[in-house]
Amino acid sequence: MAYTIETHGLTKAFKGHRVLESLDLHVAPGEVFALLGPNGAGKTTTVRILATLESPDGGTARVAGHDVVTQPGKVRERISLTAQEAAVDGVLTGAENLRMMARLRRVPDPRQRAAELLERFDLQDAADRRVATYSGGMRRRLDLALGLVTQPAVIFLDEPSTGLDPRSRLAVWEAVKQLKDEGATILLTTQYLEEADRLADRIAVLNHGRIAAQGTAAELKQRVAGETLELFFAGDAQLAQAQRTLHGRPDSDTLSLKVPADGPHDVKRALDALDGVPIDRLELHAPTLDDVFLSLT
Amino acid sequence: MTDSLTFVGRSLRHSVRSVDALLTAILLPVAIMLLFVYVFGGALAPHGRYVDYVVPGIIVLCAGFGSAGTAVAVAQDMTTGVVDRFRTLPISAAAVLTGHVVASVARNALSTLLVLGVALLAGFRPTADPLNWLAAAGLLLALMTAISWLAACFGLLARSIEAANAVTFAAAFIPYLSSAFVPVDTMPAGLRAVATHQPVTPITDTLRALMLDQPAPHALTALAWCAAGIVAGRIGAAYLFRRPRPNG
Repeated sequence: MAYTIETHGLTKAFKGHRVLESLDLHVAPGEVFALLGPNGAGKTTTVRILATLESPDGGTARVAGHDVVTQPGKVRERISLTAQEAAVDGVLTGAENLRMMARLRRVPDPRQRAAELLERFDLQDAADRRVATYSGGMRRRLDLALGLVTQPAVIFLDEPSTGLDPRSRLAVWEAVKQLKDEGATILLTTQYLEEADRLADRIAVLNHGRIAAQGTAAELKQRVAGETLELFFAGDAQLAQAQRTLHGRPDSDTLSLKVPADGPHDVKRALDALDGVPIDRLELHAPTLDDVFLSLT
Repeated sequence: MTDSLTFVGRSLRHSVRSVDALLTAILLPVAIMLLFVYVFGGALAPHGRYVDYVVPGIIVLCAGFGSAGTAVAVAQDMTTGVVDRFRTLPISAAAVLTGHVVASVARNALSTLLVLGVALLAGFRPTADPLNWLAAAGLLLALMTAISWLAACFGLLARSIEAANAVTFAAAFIPYLSSAFVPVDTMPAGLRAVATHQPVTPITDTLRALMLDQPAPHALTALAWCAAGIVAGRIGAAYLFRRPRPNG
């Protein structure tokens, strides 16, 4: 099968610090693929290599059928990148930004296209204001619109909703869904499990430049303990004693022990097993990105 | 070509909208000229017509100083995310920078005309015929283009807007070590050697000769320096623009 985004053994280091360690990715045409990981996992570096902004130290990457290193021009014709930092021109107005991008993308009627996008992203009222006066959410919406003056085959979204208010975040999510319906292949990065869950067909968990796991949201969740029971103790001795019977992950700073617990039965079983070790208090946590990592790495 | 025009439009809009920067670029040269003509002029050439000697030098100084400002405009672009968007477009690497360079030349042509106008009011009496004026304008445009492209390289290399600003500041000093303000044969031997062989001297001498209708023996050297600057700056800038940024 021909993948739209395909990397083999991609490596990249900055000043001796290895950011990507042999990364293999396969994204099918029309798929929404999420790279999930904490800061420093290599998400942005991956996107920048795929968008022809960095060259890899080793390995190969193909986007829309072209090698990003040897045919960057061909790749650039088929992609659009919305980076973490809004890539807008603050001195120009929103409408001018869109018209400029439409001209650069050879859109037949830049004025018309700009007007359409301003409407679609709810920016008509601010169209003739300088972008420097826009709020963060408006800048991000304009940024997304700038990436869509033509219908790119492949869209990269680097943390599209980080730092957005809930309303703008929903607008971004709506836009992603619409783009998918129009047939685009989308690679997005995120720190939020919920975002990946909502938008992505498949998710790859990236950690220290490697893929720790990949699959659908449902597949990944199965690999994570449903919920986590956290028990707090008065001292090191009690913590050690509890760990001997329950195992789990101890934290000597907070004097707590985390054990997987799927439902009330597991909680009861854990408490019974403690058999008299005094507990200060307990908390029950829903799965977080943290848990996904801890269980996968 | 179309892309370059799009970016020229963008850079011109930028120029017109940063009013304070535009005023500095236009008024500072006039102030420098008045300073040299009226403050230093009496002491430097008590009997001669210093104004005729110094105005071409001032024009070169201002053209250089103004064009070097391209470094700041380019550095400003590089420090915002917008350049990454441009770099992922299927466009020529030089198009963005061509926009900056053309806008810079347009700004400086305007301020040069203003300096010239004020100079005429202050007593500058050029004796050039139309052909000489045309040649002088051509030489100045070539100089502005060369310095703008070289400045674009510095703007791409600079890690910050402040660093790019320092480049502009340093560039403004180069004309002082040339024949722009005083004849080089009044300088100590070592300095004279530097002043004679640096590009500003043949360029200023040629401009002065054209404006005052005198022979211009160094015209070819002057043009060669400008041409070399344009070629080196343009190639360097295109390379640096595509080069991945450090710590990307």
